[in-house]
Amino acid sequence: MENKKKNNSIKIFFKKLPLQDILSSFLAILLAFLVGSFIIYFMDYSPIKAFSALFKGAFGDQRAIFNTIAMSIPLMFTGLAVAVGQQGGMLNIGAEGQLYIGAMGFVIFTLLFPNLPKIIMLPIGFFIGMLCGGLWGAIPGLLKAKKGINEVIVCIMLNYIATLFTSYLVNGPFKGEGMEAHTNPIPASAQINRYTSDSLLGNTIVIALITIVLIYIFLWKTNIGYKIRTVGKNRTAAEAAGINVTFIIILTMFICGAMSSLAGITEISGNIGRFRESFSPSYGFTGIAVSILGRNHPIAIIFTALLFGMLNAGSMYMSMTTSISTNITIVIQSLVIIFVAAPKLFSLIKTGKRVNI
Amino acid sequence: MVIIEDFLIIVLQVFVPIALAALAGTISERGGMINLGLEGMMLMGAFAGAAGSYFFNNPFVGLLLAMFVGAMMGLLHAFFCIKLKAHQSVMGVGINLFASGLTAVLLKMIWNNEGMSVSVKVLPSVTIPILNKIPIIGVLFDNQSIHLYLTIIIGIVAFIIIYKTKIGLRYRGIGDFPKSVETAGINVAKYKYWSVIISGMIAGIAGSYLSISLNDIFVKDMVAGRGFMGMAANIFGGWNPIGSLIASLIFSIAQAFRFYLTDFKIPNQFIEMLPYIVTLIVLVGAKSKSRSPEALGKE
Repeated sequence: MENKKKNNSIKIFFKKLPLQDILSSFLAILLAFLVGSFIIYFMDYSPIKAFSALFKGAFGDQRAIFNTIAMSIPLMFTGLAVAVGQQGGMLNIGAEGQLYIGAMGFVIFTLLFPNLPKIIMLPIGFFIGMLCGGLWGAIPGLLKAKKGINEVIVCIMLNYIATLFTSYLVNGPFKGEGMEAHTNPIPASAQINRYTSDSLLGNTIVIALITIVLIYIFLWKTNIGYKIRTVGKNRTAAEAAGINVTFIIILTMFICGAMSSLAGITEISGNIGRFRESFSPSYGFTGIAVSILGRNHPIAIIFTALLFGMLNAGSMYMSMTTSISTNITIVIQSLVIIFVAAPKLFSLIKTGKRVNI
Repeated sequence: MVIIEDFLIIVLQVFVPIALAALAGTISERGGMINLGLEGMMLMGAFAGAAGSYFFNNPFVGLLLAMFVGAMMGLLHAFFCIKLKAHQSVMGVGINLFASGLTAVLLKMIWNNEGMSVSVKVLPSVTIPILNKIPIIGVLFDNQSIHLYLTIIIGIVAFIIIYKTKIGLRYRGIGDFPKSVETAGINVAKYKYWSVIISGMIAGIAGSYLSISLNDIFVKDMVAGRGFMGMAANIFGGWNPIGSLIASLIFSIAQAFRFYLTDFKIPNQFIEMLPYIVTLIVLVGAKSKSRSPEALGKE
């Protein structure tokens, strides 16, 4: 009996993540690398040399592997922030701004109360950071639910405002010692330990994996999660079924914001140790690619975030050993988005039909 | 008088790229296609403008190249959205990221610099005699960018085509009820393709304004949100070319004020925030009045 139930849940899991989706995601990645190779080739470079440098930088030794995993952690969170929005029928393009606001909330709290013991500091600090990011994320939700304003444009405007506002804080009232635009270091009790001294990986990976599983359970095993997905599938039908759509939309975006904040908070608590102006290399936007490639499924996001973390970690080594710009990884990431966004692409290739425009 | 004239000059400089982006957005969205990739298409246009001017030592080649590259980006967007059923907003995000990455890669390849190009030849500015002697509004005709006139011409032509011709009637119908227009035997896809291609072309022109008219250089990610602001102006302008021009003008007046706020002790970041806050306020205020094309973003 127990076994049968387990079997069933595995079946349901695969039903939610069909093999065809996994296959076409793989094809999209392959195609993106192929087009990326062409671009590198046209730049008079050997794609083989470039990509072998990329892979060496990402998987060369234990330190490289640890860094690859560490660099995928913020992407897991921003990917999750986009995925929750997509499940609720919204494109959360505001993760970048939510990340900054949430991280700033965390840093300010830890700087204001530096003497708290770790066991109190971390949970309250995380909570406050997530609250700040969540409220920031709820703004586009509120405007969408109440006024019908497209969340995409609101998110974009809020990204600029958040970036500028945090820039003001680190250049003004919270400017730390030194020339750079950053805050003072956060107290040791607010920091999460790393596994080795020469790589970035630490216990933040545990937080990331637990969060992902919790979000999965929340979306598929709870009443509110079910409502979020219903609103995402069909807002009108959800309204007819008596769901408080306004509340659900705002809540969804609040959760998105809280998830984005975790990207910033863990990055600061586990790696940087302070808020530095524009510390995020557009994690928020890469999160969109991570989520879409993972078909907006929390578990799948673990793997797509690892792929993108690998690209980021490897591209640094690649740009050190060749003269190709690290931005080539942005091109590859964007190609992945473009190829995954087009569901008909692979059925077109498969059937081999001539494309008539 | 001089103060007002100086102010107008700044307003026009801010106005041109946003207005062109707003027109590009209007032309695409009237036909039911969201073009969130405007920002990226502008960036590609800016790059193509600078590269064309650099390689051929002729800024007009840059302008043509910017139009061509913009149109190609539009074709790409249309092909993926219409033929391959891509999610329009997601596709737009992809295009923006692609443009940001590709232009940065090419920047390093051509000029061996991660941040900016070398200085290139700019388009000549135009002075219309006699008219430029009119007090205050004379600045409109004195030493102005070709792009300013292009903006006004494109706006008027788009208005006439969309509202005064048979093609425009069908086209508006496609934005609202594509199924019924299709029933009447009209090739909906063809209209959509052209609207997005033209939209991309105008975005290309908008980008070239930044690199070969306002500045003489391509800087990484130099579009800096003007494409998105153009989309907001399009919404504020009620998906109407003339409305878009007026909305862009209001935006640019709000933005131009920021150059006069530096005397007060307001932190720079808050002044820079102003256009984005204005855009938000405008969106909150404008939405109740205008109506978007019914089938916007649907296939």
